[in-house]
Amino acid sequence: MIKIKIDGKALEVKPKTSIIEVADKVGIDIPRFCYHKKLSVAANCRMCLVEVKNFAKPLPACATQVMEGMEISTKSKFTKDTQKSVMEFLLINHPLDCPICDQGGECDLQDTAVAYGASKTRYTEEKRVVFDKNIGPLISTDLTRCIQCTRCVRFLKEVGGMAELGLIGRGEHAEISAYVDKSVESELSGNIIDLCPVGALTSKPFRYSARSWELARRSTIACHDSLGSNIEAHVKDNVVKRVIPKENESINECWISDRDRFSYEGLNHKDRINLPLKREKNQWKEIDWEEAYELIEKNITDIDIKKSNKIGIICSPQSTLEEGFLLKKIAKELNTSHIDYRLLEKSFSENNNWLGCKIDEIESHDAILVVGSNLKHDQPLLAHRFRRYANKKNNFSIITSYDDFYSTRCLEKVIVNPSAYINYLLMILKQVQLSTKYKINSEVIKNLLKTAKPSNEAKIIAKSLLSNKSKAIFLGQQILHLDDGDNIKLVAMHIAQAVGATFGLIPGYANSVGLNELNLNTDNISADKILSQSKEAYIMMNFDPFYDYHSPKKINSALKKAKFNLAISPYISDSFKEFDVVLPMTPFTETSGTFINMEKTIQSFSAVTPPAGQSRPGWKILRVLANFLQLEGFSYDSSEEVKTDAMIEMDKKNEFSLKDFKPSNIERGLEVLNVVRANDSDMIVRRAPSLHQNKNKDQSCCLINPTTMLEQGLIDGQKIKISSSEAEILINAKADDNVCLNAVLIYGKQDETFILGMHNKVKIKKA
Amino acid sequence: MPNNNSHKASINSDVFPICLRTSNLEDSSSLQTYLSVGGYEQIQRILKEKISPEKLIEEIKISGLRGRGGAGFPTGIKWSFIPNDSAGTKYIVCNSDEGEPGTFKDREIIKKNPHQLIEGMIIAAYIMGAQVGYNYIHGEIWEEYESFEKALAEAKKANFLGKSICGLGFDFELYAFHGYGAYICGEETALIESIEGKKGQPRFKPPFPATYGIYGRPTNVNNTETYATIPWIMQNGGGSFANIGVENSGGTKIFSVSGHVERPGNYEIPMGMPFKTLLELSGGVWKGRKLKAVIPGGPSTPVLPAAEIMKTTLDYDGLKNSGSSVGAGSLIVMDETTCMVSTLKRLSYFFYEESCGQCTPCREGTGWVYRVIKRIVDGKGKPEDIDLLLDVSKKISGRTICALGDAAAVPVLSFIKHFKDEFKYFIKNGKSMMDANS
Repeated sequence: MIKIKIDGKALEVKPKTSIIEVADKVGIDIPRFCYHKKLSVAANCRMCLVEVKNFAKPLPACATQVMEGMEISTKSKFTKDTQKSVMEFLLINHPLDCPICDQGGECDLQDTAVAYGASKTRYTEEKRVVFDKNIGPLISTDLTRCIQCTRCVRFLKEVGGMAELGLIGRGEHAEISAYVDKSVESELSGNIIDLCPVGALTSKPFRYSARSWELARRSTIACHDSLGSNIEAHVKDNVVKRVIPKENESINECWISDRDRFSYEGLNHKDRINLPLKREKNQWKEIDWEEAYELIEKNITDIDIKKSNKIGIICSPQSTLEEGFLLKKIAKELNTSHIDYRLLEKSFSENNNWLGCKIDEIESHDAILVVGSNLKHDQPLLAHRFRRYANKKNNFSIITSYDDFYSTRCLEKVIVNPSAYINYLLMILKQVQLSTKYKINSEVIKNLLKTAKPSNEAKIIAKSLLSNKSKAIFLGQQILHLDDGDNIKLVAMHIAQAVGATFGLIPGYANSVGLNELNLNTDNISADKILSQSKEAYIMMNFDPFYDYHSPKKINSALKKAKFNLAISPYISDSFKEFDVVLPMTPFTETSGTFINMEKTIQSFSAVTPPAGQSRPGWKILRVLANFLQLEGFSYDSSEEVKTDAMIEMDKKNEFSLKDFKPSNIERGLEVLNVVRANDSDMIVRRAPSLHQNKNKDQSCCLINPTTMLEQGLIDGQKIKISSSEAEILINAKADDNVCLNAVLIYGKQDETFILGMHNKVKIKKA
Repeated sequence: MPNNNSHKASINSDVFPICLRTSNLEDSSSLQTYLSVGGYEQIQRILKEKISPEKLIEEIKISGLRGRGGAGFPTGIKWSFIPNDSAGTKYIVCNSDEGEPGTFKDREIIKKNPHQLIEGMIIAAYIMGAQVGYNYIHGEIWEEYESFEKALAEAKKANFLGKSICGLGFDFELYAFHGYGAYICGEETALIESIEGKKGQPRFKPPFPATYGIYGRPTNVNNTETYATIPWIMQNGGGSFANIGVENSGGTKIFSVSGHVERPGNYEIPMGMPFKTLLELSGGVWKGRKLKAVIPGGPSTPVLPAAEIMKTTLDYDGLKNSGSSVGAGSLIVMDETTCMVSTLKRLSYFFYEESCGQCTPCREGTGWVYRVIKRIVDGKGKPEDIDLLLDVSKKISGRTICALGDAAAVPVLSFIKHFKDEFKYFIKNGKSMMDANS
């Protein structure tokens, strides 16, 4: 600790901290524009210049580290004069168009100018004008307002992982620019709107729709991935006008992904339903709630539920804990254990499907191995922690089939077919076993290890897992989508046990962990099984059966066979044709509830706006449904009461166990990689127009490694025919060497591709 | 433009040019010529006798050699900052990015006597334990760059560069790096960024290049003239170098004389020479006119009026006492017909155009200053403009990441200080005082 004085106040501070950090800690305000606690120090705005005793020149508080005996004056005349002069410089070329600027009222420059600016300008020359650039549908640019602080440049490079913006030109001609003809495509790009201290970068979808002081700020939890980002919805006239991050250092820090930020645009999409719908003569007819419930009651009570499992229930992994609990309770009362939330999975072994450690502990490991993940799309914001870790510690290895870690320093990056994952893991296990003498009881695995010959990569990864103190192995979502996912899990767990590593799985959706903790599927009956055994009735909640379930054909035929199908959904579309009744539920912003995120943090939230039209929160719909069905024990008055019971239910969860290794005959040959892009993950984001306006050519393409293309006799950009067991589509093939060999990457959950189903074998042919 | 014969002008026959010592010889830039004046003997002697770097640094300290790029920092002291014991690559860089108006000495060294620079850099590399060197050559000069590449090839072929120099076990690789002509890249950390392939923008200091330079490794950056002086000091001893000059200003210094003189060009003269003598050497003020003012070290050094400069000797203390500085020795002579307001407009335009734009006071302030002066020259000046110019310049000065901000303020402050009446006249009458006299 070293002793310093700041404004006469004696302090003991840690060495290597900057003056601005000290000041922030003790609540002394130093004005700043370029400095941001999460970004590298640029020291270019010069607004934080302060007087330090024995220095003739003022020093930038952001870039100056404290030294023993340093005496800092943040309020002296010298400091104030200096800061005022910088303020004057910043304002001379600024257009001062606050009345027509979206940043007005929440602008760092405006606020600081009130404190440090003069009331009249001395600058009478012509002002600089900078032409605006179109950098995509999310961010609007007014570059004449830019003060060149480069926060956006540093964010995209350091947090976004790609230097998509830069400061081009010199001197007064310096301006922020993207690459020629490029827009900003980072999944985290919206954060530069928050970072911009002036109105140079503002939200395009929000533009001119409200003033900051007209907005009510209400906290909630983002629902599009399992990170559980804390967000603040800004509401005017009961409509969410925009979403910004709410700082939570241990979860989302001060960032959110673009889908969390802009998905609000999908909330009031034209597909939204405000009244219950009844299917009559292939037409939807609006009915009132009373009629809807009576219709459901009549159809459900017709079913002889004395025999078990006559009804199948499938809900989205985005369902709240309360919804899940009520569904489970209804299922029990209706004598069915056929209830599941796993819509994309193929691996159903019982599992602790959580991260295995706290989110902010990820980076404290000395070595990390990630297997099978499209982090950039599955968990856009979490990906940033892995990138930061990798670039700092150089002890990050990844085995995956599509390389979306291109600007990241990896110890080993193995880009292979998903069918090869198991071999790599066996090789690593063998190498690990050599030095740990770890015992494996499974004869099958023992036999497999006999033939495994560790490759160089496997040796390096094994070495990094062995030679470091704390390490972690994380499996990505992709593992659960593979036929041999259970085997991969098992072998990875053996490696983790052998080296004493944290073992975790990166869950997919907002409440995947919560529903698992709730033991929703007590008998571990999978959605696949529920659909393949004919049911008399299905209840499906909060997902699009064709887009969100991996096999549209399977779900369609199951629904066709059933006598009665009930959907509870905020939206209606062609996917719901086989349903008899659709009840309008509210999206997450209009309900209270609870999500348990990937690190098992329980986060409850309230509605930020009242339900639109006559739609109702999911938990209320289920409660009233139970009442209509005359089921016992559903007299809840609030979601908190439901939560209390759900928490008790969660405590009953049993420990998980893994089955033995089941050798599977994986066919070699062309493999399919189904990647769900960040902006296609669920019903809400798919309906947010701005997130899709920038749909670049890649998205309506399939991607194939150029070498594989050559082998298949294809050329870049050629139209090809892809056929699966479910359907056949025509699509352009694009060469991309980030894809592993012998595979075709198809973006899932898209209009062009959903019909193929996911994880199916495919054949490709020239069209 | 420099006159090619001008360096003949060493006034004292016992002192021959040091940095430009081959320049009177035929084929001055060739290895053969350099060898004929004792070239590459010093590095071989040092390596053969295994003279310790400490001893060599001591010699340089005795010589009183100070950085010739403008800051005038004692070279011996600077070289002792490089952590000698650190493992890994260390770099030395020659800053040949002279880009300020009136500077043209480094290009002459590179063109006429490149091997002496190379030998100087090898000795420096040996002293500081550097394995790799770069000569960063200004982007607007091409012939010199080619000429240096040729010299490098010759030196490599003769095993003065590369693995085990002259078979004596010391490795040193030297590369020429051609810049793109940005003045800011003459700032050593911007130069380092540029070598790394990034946009040439100064870094915030500390850390200084001595600990965190190219790719974060210890790096020493010196001016061309500084390195080129080293072989001579090694040959003749620090004492004889110091004796050439005056106290605190050892040796010779190249002054690039331009402007209103009869024979502009590079003059390598002993430090401490009276300005008057140099003016005589360069043929005096042209067209028989009277001297009005002189910028002694380049536009980033304060201008001195005739009366002041005529009393001054050309050395660090002499110029400091007169209120200016040696700078890079880019001496610009202005005759009695020169309009100081228009001159300042051109200088301010230079700094305005060359500001890197990274930090606020310089980016915004240089444009402001230029526009105000331009307005005055356009006949639209206002009486309060003079105070405004002074105030804005003072507010740029000392508040920026690098010294370009300070440099931009210097001409404004000194021109107005010495020639305020001309500014007042211009503002009042909407035309130059010079036009009134003619």
